[in-house]
Amino acid sequence: MTPPDLSRRDLIYLTASGGLLGLGAPGSNAEAESQQAQARPEKRSVELTVNGERREFQIAPSVTLLDALREHLELTGTKKGCDHGQCGSCTVLVGGRRVLACLILAISEHQGEPIETIEGLARDDGVHPLQAAFVAHDALQCGYCTPGQIMSAIGLLREGRPADDDAIREGMAGNICRCGAYEGIVAAIRSISAGGVE
Amino acid sequence: MTPFDYVRAGSMREAVELRSRSPNAAFLAGGTTLTDLMKGGVEKPSLLVDIRRVPDLDYINVSSGKASLGALTKNSDLATDPALMKAAPMLTQAIAAGASPQIRNMATLGGNLLQRTRCPYFRNQAFACNKRSPGSGCAALTGYDRGHAVLEGSSQCVATHPSDLAVALVALGGEIQAEHISGQRNIPLSEFFRPPGETPWIETSLQRGALIVFVETDLPPEARRSVYLKVRDRASYEFALASAAVGLHQDGSRIIGARIALGGIATRPLRFATAEASLIGRTADEAAFRDAAAIALGEARPGRENGFKVELAKRTLVKALKLASELQQ
Ligand SMILES: Cc1cc2nc3c(=O)[nH]c(=O)nc-3n(C[C@H](O)[C@H](O)[C@H](O)COP(=O)(O)OP(=O)(O)OC[C@H]3O[C@@H](n4cnc5c(N)ncnc54)[C@H](O)[C@@H]3O)c2cc1C
Ligand code: SF4
Ligand code: FES
Ligand code: FES
Repeated sequence: MTPPDLSRRDLIYLTASGGLLGLGAPGSNAEAESQQAQARPEKRSVELTVNGERREFQIAPSVTLLDALREHLELTGTKKGCDHGQCGSCTVLVGGRRVLACLILAISEHQGEPIETIEGLARDDGVHPLQAAFVAHDALQCGYCTPGQIMSAIGLLREGRPADDDAIREGMAGNICRCGAYEGIVAAIRSISAGGVE
Repeated sequence: MTPFDYVRAGSMREAVELRSRSPNAAFLAGGTTLTDLMKGGVEKPSLLVDIRRVPDLDYINVSSGKASLGALTKNSDLATDPALMKAAPMLTQAIAAGASPQIRNMATLGGNLLQRTRCPYFRNQAFACNKRSPGSGCAALTGYDRGHAVLEGSSQCVATHPSDLAVALVALGGEIQAEHISGQRNIPLSEFFRPPGETPWIETSLQRGALIVFVETDLPPEARRSVYLKVRDRASYEFALASAAVGLHQDGSRIIGARIALGGIATRPLRFATAEASLIGRTADEAAFRDAAAIALGEARPGRENGFKVELAKRTLVKALKLASELQQ
């Protein structure tokens, strides 16, 4: 019998320490208790502003911003590629600057600067111009890297207008595309870099 | 990740105090090294002391002869600071050549200096590694060592230090100010990074638990006419196979001052005083640069797969010196 809101991992933690449903003798063994405390620091309340909305939830300190977005806030547009800072697919904007959500601990952003993800880009009248440019220039195949590419490109364009295609390539070096859609990506960014982005 | 506790420091003093409470605590800055290594279980702090919001550690002050750089200054801000770009191009070029735009937006100056090696055995718990687990051995000595050091390696470790920024700082000289529970200490950049010797897990002379507060780098006359050249397996977003931070001070075509440090080839960012001295009084030409490169790499001891780095480093250095000599002073 599993309480419905416990994940499988919660269950393993709890059963391993004998604390679930009165199995074993909870609290009878100080050492086991301190081990449990050691093994599982309490969840903390974290408050983030994501795409203009204030969101509050409970997580362990080890949860990355990427996992918080995807698994706690159900914002799965931000993708997990490598989970080690090597691909750029998890790119989001924090305080307007592009960063890698897989290397940020969500708790460290508690009450921090506003976070923007791919879900926040669309306007009332349709997709963001950069999203439209990606479609128009065939800047994707499988699409897995695309949210990261687009958020990174928005960061790039906010940093200033890239001088030429080489500057776009170097400015987008932090985003790997396994399908090799680079030519389209550069073309899409070039097509709207003249006008700048919000 | 091994579970850990988390606390946010509101001031420098508080950070150092919190850190001193637990021998197994670690400071969290940009997290681009630490979070990554915690995921693989290579770093297992029991307590993270988050210093990201500690005030007054994010600044760039360039004056004549020196630049003072706060430890929490972002790599992207350092790389694009107009005064710093002018005063010490080798430094801003080195920072811009590191990692990716996203990572530079997160990575801090202090964290960059203390980043850990990219030796693949260090990051993989299945292998012996003296840095990760002192006394366990070094898998690179009998393994794939293409990326490893050809200078200052020991029988215990041959890993390179991966920072680009540090190579330029070591070339410029200066000092690091650190705050420890027992007081403040200034560490000259020339003594900050340590060769592996018998204790490869001790990488710097920073006291355990000390917080880097700022770096004060010298801006000698060679700083203005300077270059950072990085050679790697792909055009960007890759660590150096060989890199050179060089600066020249010339009287016409005669060299009257030189700075040389190399990255990617030694176990730490390394300055080459003898090669620098060999340039003084000589005409800035390829012959002089080649002689300096031969001196710099004279002691190189490659392993099995990294012999190419010796020639690569020489050519990188010659080309960097050539580029510097072509700049307007
Ligand atoms: C995919 C990838 C590619 C990269 N490529 C390059 C590259 O080409 N060139 C390059 O130079 N770097 C590269 N890096 C490394 C990157 O530059 C470093 O990870 C970064 O600079 C570390 O800074 P941080 O603030 O994120 O440090 P953190 O990860 O927060 O900290 C690193 C270490 O320093 C300690 N620390 C941090 N600040 C202080 C302080 N003020 N006082 C005392 N201790 C402190 C922490 O406790 C930790 O042990 C790359 C990283 C990744 C993930
Ligand atoms: S070279 Fe150094 S870091 Fe790499 S396995 Fe050997 S001891 Fe570890
Ligand atoms: S998932 Fe973050 S960089 Fe790859
Ligand atoms: S479109 Fe498939 S990875 Fe880029």
